[in-house]
Amino acid sequence: MTIRPDPTFHASPKLAMEAPPESFAYTLLLSPDFSKPDALAVVDVRPGSATYSQVVHTVTMPNKGDEFHHFGWNACSSALSPLAGHAFLERRYLIIPGIRSSRIYIVDTKPDPTQAKIHKIIEPEEIFKKTGYSRPHTVHCGPQGIYVSTLGGGGKDGTDGPPGVFIMDCETFEILGQWEIDRGPQKLHYDFWWNLPRDYMVTSEWALPPQFENGIVPEDLLSNKYGHRIHFWDLRARRNVQTIDLGANHQMALEVRPAHDPVREYGFLGVVVDTTNLEGSIWTWWREGGKFHIEKTATIPAEPAPKDQLPPLLQGFGAVPPLVSDIDLSMDDKLLYVSCWGTGEMRQYDVTDPRKPRLAGSVRIGGIARRTPHLNGKAFAGGPQMVEISRDGRRVYWTNSLYSTWDDQFYPGGIPAAEVMAIAKPGGGLELAKDYWVSFPDGYRAHQIRLDGGDCSTDSFCYPSA
Amino acid sequence: MGWPLAVSAGLMERSPRALAAALGSLAAGHLFAMLLVILPFALLAALVDWQRQVQIGASLIVIGFGIFRLASRRHPRALARIGPTQLGLWSFAVAIAHGAGLMLVPIYLGLCRGADLDQGHQAAGTLINANLGMAVLVSVVHATAMIMAGGLAAWLVYRYFGLKFVSRSWFNLDTSWALSLILVGAIALVLSLYPSR
Repeated sequence: MTIRPDPTFHASPKLAMEAPPESFAYTLLLSPDFSKPDALAVVDVRPGSATYSQVVHTVTMPNKGDEFHHFGWNACSSALSPLAGHAFLERRYLIIPGIRSSRIYIVDTKPDPTQAKIHKIIEPEEIFKKTGYSRPHTVHCGPQGIYVSTLGGGGKDGTDGPPGVFIMDCETFEILGQWEIDRGPQKLHYDFWWNLPRDYMVTSEWALPPQFENGIVPEDLLSNKYGHRIHFWDLRARRNVQTIDLGANHQMALEVRPAHDPVREYGFLGVVVDTTNLEGSIWTWWREGGKFHIEKTATIPAEPAPKDQLPPLLQGFGAVPPLVSDIDLSMDDKLLYVSCWGTGEMRQYDVTDPRKPRLAGSVRIGGIARRTPHLNGKAFAGGPQMVEISRDGRRVYWTNSLYSTWDDQFYPGGIPAAEVMAIAKPGGGLELAKDYWVSFPDGYRAHQIRLDGGDCSTDSFCYPSA
Repeated sequence: MGWPLAVSAGLMERSPRALAAALGSLAAGHLFAMLLVILPFALLAALVDWQRQVQIGASLIVIGFGIFRLASRRHPRALARIGPTQLGLWSFAVAIAHGAGLMLVPIYLGLCRGADLDQGHQAAGTLINANLGMAVLVSVVHATAMIMAGGLAAWLVYRYFGLKFVSRSWFNLDTSWALSLILVGAIALVLSLYPSR
């Protein structure tokens, strides 16, 4: 415990933007054939540094087959909540779940990111026993400690009971139990986030473990059996207050990105694929008159492609779906970045008017059919996937792997790990940084990125920017 | 206590009125917590023959609570279950959890002592009334002082200093608060064991 709040905690999004820029990018590496232990790579992102855009430290885990995916901090700006009245945590530990093993690693990043080491390992049995959940996924730090969403319920294949959110102590990392008191109709899970002063949580739906662990199940997708609903919850009462169905053809409602400024009661949701026309879509949700509403506000069409450029899975369609796999909102809530993992495009939308996103910029890289190389000439396998924005909004980082078994279905040629960065131009537009290209060890794929000092999908705020 | 909540309320609603209303709820919750702790002692204080025992007991409770606060350093998760619209309840719970009311007990009992000893023959009812009056006075004075100081801080941050001040001015006072509970309890204990005359 500290005497003063951690200097990387900020009362408002505006203060977070004005704080010193990031120095390191933590990147999760996974071994897609489970032959090697997964790892956390620490990348130097200080411009001018001799090791700029290089891995300067690697924490290799002691187990195999964890399948790293998403991760988060033990504490963030939400610790400045005037309600918790307890701001004396440190942004110090990374909480890294194994989405396949259900094991959780706690990695200590102090005294220096280049000396990061494992602090604690929580074995899967403890999570099963104390929560009844499995396959931990999204991590957020909030009022009651660390919140972790899961994709599976109990039992070997994770279908014994619905998945949900569990809570961990933010100092001891003890698993405290299920978060939900009344889950209402919620049976699937993926991402979650909240508006702390307005006291609500939003959760999304992917699928149950048998529908993703061994690859996408085309029959389930075409019969619209993946998740297509969004749930709104009373955060403190831990109760589902509203569920909205997007329509069954909107398959896989994944990333939830609320506005950072808590005065703004809206946010965005990315939908991977519409089974009627293969398009991806962006949805805007908002609260008005005590009720939540959601509407489709942007669509991204599929791109026709010759059969010989397509993996067997897509050959029958003769087209590449954009596959909106990740979205991320800049700290000032003005620009929404949308990963089109299938078509190989990173889109930048101006969402100043949240219900009228306007395409402001785009970078083409990778893609199932296009296979656009990087500006520096290097081949970029896969497509833009996990995206992270610097707090000041000027740099946008992304990696290229989606999920081990799905990668193999959409990109049978393999997806060697890559991490690139693009510069957001003032006034709109996006341009790849020629000098930023991270080389990772062979045999690994790269997934989520976290920036030291917080980033745009970590920190939540209790005070408005005004 | 809780003035950043008033800042947050003012900024979220973009109105100084919301700030003032939040302060009102915070004051009410705090006052209620004070009274809840002090009133039982006001009744006990009527037992003039047992006054010393009551004081010793109260001192030990305050010391014990201070030690408990020192030993129990977990993140206050229970408080996080109270919603942002329940500021009065929040203020009440925080005051109880921190032992803010307890802190006043030795002071309060000290104030009663001088007044009561010479009036040992008065009817118990009169004594209780006098004690209750004193208890309310002590609580009101305390809560008023707290809300004036907090209100001033909230207003200055809201109107002039800006949000940076919230994290800059925030010190971890857990240890010093626990130690001051022990200190106040100890002084009260010594005074009741060795009365000045």
